[in-house]
Amino acid sequence: MSVNQQAHTGPPYGQPQPGYQGYQQPAYGQSLPGAPQAQYGAYNGPMPGYQQPAPPQGYFPSLGFPSKGSPVSLNSDTSSLAPNFIGSLRAPPTSGAPPPASGASHPSGPLAYNQFEHGDVQNGIPASAAPVQRPPASQPFLPGSAPTPVSQISTFQQYGPPPASVQQLRNHMAGMTIGSTAASAPPPAGLGYGVGPSSYPPTTGAPRPPAMPGPPLPGQTVAGPPSSQPNHVSSPPPPSTMAGLHPGPPMSGLHGPPPPTHPPQPGYPMQQNGSFGQIRGPQPNYGGAYPGAPNYGSPPGPPPPPKRLDPDSIPSPQLNELPPQQKPRHRIDPDAIPSPIQVIEDDRNNRGSEPFVTGVRGQVPPLVTTNFLVKDQGNASPRYIRCTSYNIPCTSDMAKQSQVPLAAVIKPLATLPPEETLPYLVDHGESGPVRCNRCKAYMCPFMQFIEGGRRFQCCFCSCVTEVPPHYFQHLDHTGKRVDFYDRPELSLGSYEFLATVDYCKNNKFPSPPAFIFMIDVSYNAVKSGLVRLICEELKSLLDYLPREGNMEESAIRVGFVTYNKVLHFYNVKSSLAQPQMMVVSDVADMFVPLLDGFLVNVNESRTVIASLLDQIPEMFADTRETETVFAPVIQAGLEALKAAECAGKLFIFHTSLPIAEAPGKLKNRDDRKLINTDKEKTLFQPQTSFYNNLAKDCVAQGCCVDLFLFPNQYLDVATLGVVPYQTGGSIFKYAYFQLETDQYRFLNDLRRDVQKDVGFDAVMRVRTSTGIRATDFFGAFYMSNTTDVEMAGLDCDKTITVEFKHDDKLSEDSGALLQCALLYTSCAGQRRLRIHNLSLNCCTQLADLYRNCETDTLINYLAKYAYRGVLSSPVKTVRDALINQCAQILACYRKNCASPSSAGQLILPECMKLLPVYLNCVLKSDVLQPGPEVTTDDRAYIRQLVTSMDVAETNVFFYPRLLPLTKADVDSDSLPAAIRNSEERLSKGDIYLLENGLNIFVWVGVSVQQSLIQNLFGVSSFSQISNALSTLPVLENPFSKKVRSIVDMLQGQRSRYMKLIVVKQEDKLEMLFKHFLVEDKSLTGGASYVDFLCHMHKEIRQLLS
Amino acid sequence: MATYLEFIQQNEERDGVRFSWNVWPSSRLEATRMVVPLACLLTPLKERLDLPPVQYEPVLCSRPTCKAVLNPLCQVDYRAKLWACNFCFQRNQFPPAYAGISEVNQPAELMPQFSTIEYIVQRGPQTPLVFLYIVDTCLEEEDLQALKESLQMSLSLLPPDALVGLITFGRMVQVHELSCEGISKSYVFRGTKDLTAKQIQDMLGLSRPAVPMQQGRPLQTPEQPVISSRFLQPVHKIDMNLTDLLGELQRDPWPVTQGKRPLRSTGVALSIAVGLLEGTFPNTGARIMLFTGGPPTQGPGMVVGDELKTPIRSWHDIEKDNARFMKKATKHYETLANRSATNGHCIDIYACALDQTGLLEMKCCANLTGGHMVMGDSFNTSLFKQTFQRVFSKGYNGEFRMAFGAHLDVKTSRELKIAGAIGPCISLNAKGPCVSENELGVGGTSQWKICSLDPSTTLAIYFEVVNQHNAPIPQGGRGAVQFVTQYQHSSTQRRIRVTTIARNWADAQTQLQHIEAAFDQEAAAVLMARLGVYRAESEEGPDVLRWLDRQLIRLCQKFGQYNKDDPNSFRLSESFSLYPQFIFHLRRSPFLQVFNNSPDESSYYRHHFARQDLTQSLIMIQPILYAYSFHGPPEPVLLDSSSILPDRILLMDTFFQIVIYLGETIAQWQKAGYQDMPEYENFKHLLQAPLDDAQEILQTRFPMPRYVHTEHGGSQARFLLSKVNPSQTHNNLYAWGQESGAPILTDDVSLQVFMDHLKKLAVSSAS
Repeated sequence: MSVNQQAHTGPPYGQPQPGYQGYQQPAYGQSLPGAPQAQYGAYNGPMPGYQQPAPPQGYFPSLGFPSKGSPVSLNSDTSSLAPNFIGSLRAPPTSGAPPPASGASHPSGPLAYNQFEHGDVQNGIPASAAPVQRPPASQPFLPGSAPTPVSQISTFQQYGPPPASVQQLRNHMAGMTIGSTAASAPPPAGLGYGVGPSSYPPTTGAPRPPAMPGPPLPGQTVAGPPSSQPNHVSSPPPPSTMAGLHPGPPMSGLHGPPPPTHPPQPGYPMQQNGSFGQIRGPQPNYGGAYPGAPNYGSPPGPPPPPKRLDPDSIPSPQLNELPPQQKPRHRIDPDAIPSPIQVIEDDRNNRGSEPFVTGVRGQVPPLVTTNFLVKDQGNASPRYIRCTSYNIPCTSDMAKQSQVPLAAVIKPLATLPPEETLPYLVDHGESGPVRCNRCKAYMCPFMQFIEGGRRFQCCFCSCVTEVPPHYFQHLDHTGKRVDFYDRPELSLGSYEFLATVDYCKNNKFPSPPAFIFMIDVSYNAVKSGLVRLICEELKSLLDYLPREGNMEESAIRVGFVTYNKVLHFYNVKSSLAQPQMMVVSDVADMFVPLLDGFLVNVNESRTVIASLLDQIPEMFADTRETETVFAPVIQAGLEALKAAECAGKLFIFHTSLPIAEAPGKLKNRDDRKLINTDKEKTLFQPQTSFYNNLAKDCVAQGCCVDLFLFPNQYLDVATLGVVPYQTGGSIFKYAYFQLETDQYRFLNDLRRDVQKDVGFDAVMRVRTSTGIRATDFFGAFYMSNTTDVEMAGLDCDKTITVEFKHDDKLSEDSGALLQCALLYTSCAGQRRLRIHNLSLNCCTQLADLYRNCETDTLINYLAKYAYRGVLSSPVKTVRDALINQCAQILACYRKNCASPSSAGQLILPECMKLLPVYLNCVLKSDVLQPGPEVTTDDRAYIRQLVTSMDVAETNVFFYPRLLPLTKADVDSDSLPAAIRNSEERLSKGDIYLLENGLNIFVWVGVSVQQSLIQNLFGVSSFSQISNALSTLPVLENPFSKKVRSIVDMLQGQRSRYMKLIVVKQEDKLEMLFKHFLVEDKSLTGGASYVDFLCHMHKEIRQLLS
Repeated sequence: MATYLEFIQQNEERDGVRFSWNVWPSSRLEATRMVVPLACLLTPLKERLDLPPVQYEPVLCSRPTCKAVLNPLCQVDYRAKLWACNFCFQRNQFPPAYAGISEVNQPAELMPQFSTIEYIVQRGPQTPLVFLYIVDTCLEEEDLQALKESLQMSLSLLPPDALVGLITFGRMVQVHELSCEGISKSYVFRGTKDLTAKQIQDMLGLSRPAVPMQQGRPLQTPEQPVISSRFLQPVHKIDMNLTDLLGELQRDPWPVTQGKRPLRSTGVALSIAVGLLEGTFPNTGARIMLFTGGPPTQGPGMVVGDELKTPIRSWHDIEKDNARFMKKATKHYETLANRSATNGHCIDIYACALDQTGLLEMKCCANLTGGHMVMGDSFNTSLFKQTFQRVFSKGYNGEFRMAFGAHLDVKTSRELKIAGAIGPCISLNAKGPCVSENELGVGGTSQWKICSLDPSTTLAIYFEVVNQHNAPIPQGGRGAVQFVTQYQHSSTQRRIRVTTIARNWADAQTQLQHIEAAFDQEAAAVLMARLGVYRAESEEGPDVLRWLDRQLIRLCQKFGQYNKDDPNSFRLSESFSLYPQFIFHLRRSPFLQVFNNSPDESSYYRHHFARQDLTQSLIMIQPILYAYSFHGPPEPVLLDSSSILPDRILLMDTFFQIVIYLGETIAQWQKAGYQDMPEYENFKHLLQAPLDDAQEILQTRFPMPRYVHTEHGGSQARFLLSKVNPSQTHNNLYAWGQESGAPILTDDVSLQVFMDHLKKLAVSSAS
């Protein structure tokens, strides 16, 4: 593919339009170059569906290559516009922007979506109010834009016009106001813009190309086919403009609230001009054309200015003085800055309804917070892979310039909602999966069949490989294989191959895996009732071991070990009347004392196991042993698996720092004095390299370790976690475990952990198109070389973040492909390969990049990057680097994509407008900025936890969800609308729920109605509410039911059972709660959102100057 | 001469001592010319029905370097209440308790008939005996079953308050906890890793806070019983528990693939047992009883790899230096044996397998600690079962025939020094004035430790006469030797047995005939044999034989009467007449000949040879042959092929085997069933007689001999044919005519040829 395409594209560039046209048309029709086209065709297949919905032909054109270009450009513009200004930015504008997008989409239908990437959507979305206005706005836009713009100019589009979108408006607004610090700012800005644009077009003249190329999203193009011709002409531009416009209007519209919206609108023209000269162009036209436009413009205009003024803070930055904290607060309206809630809401509203069809290259998926269905039509579902950007710079220079990290967050075994189908299992017979001869990429939808189907050309390395005879199939007239739809590996983005014996260790098919439960029976564990609890639970839990498909019983065998200073193995062979205990005290040189009878089938040995689990708590009831070992426990499990020649998982339940004499013995090295020193990193590093080596051995055997910790004091999670971490296991930590309050949480975690889907002995490799290369990996795994990610175990919650770097140029035509191949052993012992393919666009214009980014993913990457950084650098350095990188990203945007504006204006790309707030959350997180109550273990724990989080988890972890429970509609299933994480948004008459994936806080205001308290807590007054509640009482009234159902629903969404904490306002626990109100200034010195935004603005301006 | 024989016998019965010379040459030079060293066989615990122990402590010489015990040879000044030590001539005050002694009121130890006396002393706490079973589980099902039954049976034979423990091993080693209810619990050790005593104790949770404790005093701290009780429990308490545990014992579960030996961690198991006792009951009587069904195949002490295609080392391999594990394994077991011996624990080895089990490497465990070594084909044989049962047999007074932790202290008068000892003992490295610089056997000390002994345990102790030729001993002077044996009686009492003997000195130049007449050729043969076997352990076989021959020739030269270079004139006096024959059979014995014996068998034979008393030793050297026929009552006959006659039933006792051999005619009669006919009842009786006699031997012998019942032409007849003097062979068959005996197919020289050569060499002037 890529090769062909490139060849083709080459020319196209020269003469974009013709080239494109030719391209597409022929491709569709029957272009010889066919190969590539054929593929497209394939894509088209799916695309069509999309397109169809898209009514306007105009779009199509845009969709076509050109269209893409154009749309993209539009989008970008919009996005760029959207970005906006800092303090000044009115929320409205931002919000306003989104609506347009959405609006646009509406009219255009799916097309719009497709074309415009998320970026647009998001932009649009922000404006909550949007919906109302949208329809109109969008409609007008579309029509208007389509026709007029088209004719007008493509160039324009690219440049500024489109961008003018909402965000721009906002930006402008902001800028205006801000800049205004000096009141006059706005006008000048506007002027400037105006000028800018005009100048731009010419200067950039070229611009159109960028736009054009950028867009060439396969998907779009595909869709475009018919319309493609038109596109060429100028259609592209229109769309772009459209897009741009859309945002704009929606903004206003969305904002429903007049004030906010207003500002944007006025800003609109202004801003657009300002930020993008181009926009200007269109806008004027539009302006006239759109009825709505005027409205927008005017209303917003006025309001914003005033507010903007407030943002004096901004000016101050200019002065290089940090704004006093208070000032900004006062002056910058918190509502005016980009709101995560708004963005999430908008995306949910705009994209939640339609299924996300993956046929199109480089599509930005809906946000993780949005519920959407995925239809796999050739690219992996975003549930499996999400990228920081869906449009990759063609060259490394560009990438460097933008500083936007290129990363994919991959969750290879992600759980799918029941409506979506699991990856199909493909069996290519004895010779194994068909692969490229050179790079060994697996057969996938992007492979190009040539020579009548006798050979295929690799889409990654271009090498031509013979099609094995048994796999041969004729091609149809479009160059597609006739069996295209019959073969998942040719038509889907995700599927599985059945691996042959060549893919197995020692060339032997693996045995079914085993679970070994290893229970600490030292004094603490016994006394707290933990041992009894675990034993009781295991009795029933063993019936729920993971099963493959519809198998009757699980193939997994189980074994039991208890330990304190020594290890006790149990022989639970079915033929025994009583289990036998074997003590191994040679902890220095661990081994497994028995083979037969240690790992058993649950059903066969049921009575013996039951007897054992009954006796364990009794046997150790009087223990006085307080010391424990740890490494030998893992070694024991490892040896057991080795002896049984299988992979498996160890569930270790551990309570204390292992100080008993044994390998891996640890000492208490907790030292809070190290915080904020150069030695702080040692707190995150393991004490000894012993565990690293052990982990390596575990990985080699496929021994995954899950660790449940119940510490009453420091137990060095940083060291204990090494093995679980590197083997792809999980750590669960229950500090100060109390049976009454924590057992439910622990048991839920345990149940889920035991039952969840898991693969063993896994190796993952990510292959990419020539030009980029996976260079860095984050997550819970071990790497013995630079390419293979090895995981002893990989469960459905584990995520690996992969960073890519350029090692060559990419081409816009062929885009960039990713293929993630995961070789693993299923829970029934079947060796399989799971393949995920994803195609991305490539761009030569930075604007395209910025328009197709996903901030949530970006934050996921940045957090992981930073969390790894603390291992080797002082925390402060890491924080500074983070800030610096983000400042550079934004500065680059400002410099290259946004239209010139006053330096006082903060302009954010639409797609990244939440970057500052989220980044601030990362910076304030416990790992990077610990408060006094955060223990060293907590930090290490969180550090490791975050490292394998997926995007949805990091999203809510860093920016917790805050729901006003009292606003919940007891009659519907829906959640109440979330609110921003700031104390000033809390009303003392309400009850709120805050969740971050680890905890759920229920915050009760002091003046909550007594009836509510009665209904929810079953007590008669505020003062009677107990802090110690770990669950909400079950009460038969609608409110209680509703709240509990909300809690249950949230619990269901998270991979871990969250700890529920009831916080009463003005109670001492409230301090803890406030820690999670991340938009506020934190007690530990973390900046408030507003302050941080100002700070970022300052940083950016420094960079720009 | 009869007097000397009687004297010798009397002495043996009273003191359990047999000297090679009963009149001692009075100077070093002469003594060396006697060829056979001055030495004795000492049976320290010889059963003495007529010796009631006295209930007080012995009186010791006050000289710190002497500390000899008051004995009948001491000069006593009854008036001054003084006694003079007959070894160092120190004058000692009697202790106050002896205030009333006089010529007529003598304490027992001064009476001449009490040259051997036993004291019971109340010292230290009485600790129960400890029996620790180490059981190999890599056995065939039937073998294991039989072994389990034997072990269960043995529980009922133990003293009720004895402590027992159980260790099982295969690929892993398990130390079973005996006190637990419900789940059966064991501590498991890897079979491939050697552990120090400290590690083992730590791992078994036996280490206790460092409480300073006196040496030799098993701790009395209150928690002590608690700690060790997990693994060692009084039999009466856990009888049932242990019986069940043994009953549930399974074969080693680790898979043994085809072509492999099971992995057997004997070395580690033994090490753990030693470590366990070392930590819990140092210096207490304890038996570690190892039951193994094959060679150690892994870990320290492994004797052979687990590949079946590599056979276990043979003598051939050893000679070729091809036994790659032997040295290391031997070292391992030696270390263990020494540790165990230091703590006074003995190690028994019961090895039952068709192939070798590594006794060669493990022999020191039994040899150095006084433990038993039993070799059989299977645990499922009466040989093993009865032998094992006999370990717990009781003596005439209902006491176990075993004693523990003995210290043997030998004191000599100043003309004598101690050269060494050979027997189941280790040196205590007690240097003293009476220790010779020349070592014979385990030397360099005047004290030895014998961790376990029974009434027949016999040590050979070698002396050196150090008196110079130019300082003659006055006529009628006597040399004295005192043996002081302190031990733990099976009743857990501490006892001291003191034997003091004296012999006359004689000037060899003038009184050679006295010396000659007082030669004890039986004792001498055994003593020389022990030296030979001791040497054979460390030297090449041929060298030992050559040495033996040379000694024999020199002895003949010295004491024979002959004319130079005239073999026919050669005569030996009666007191030497049997000696060459003993040496002839010794040369042919499995103790010195390894041909046709595996290294394990050699070790086994040598083990027993080094500890049996004189009578048994002689049987081993020269088996006894009885003939049963209608021609007269049963009679001992020559151990010669000429004794094998068709109408005879032969009963041969080689100590290790009891062979009943039916002559050709007898065998035919038996086949014809005459014994069942009433009119031939006498034939029935004839057949029965050797069986009864054999039964008698079988019943007393330990270890139980292999019982072979064969007949003329039977394959098992080889046991007989290999022992008899091959006076008739295929080489000289016709020369000897047909009328008597049976020819032996061998190239071995016969006694006649041997004697001819001996005479020739003895009279030769060349040598």
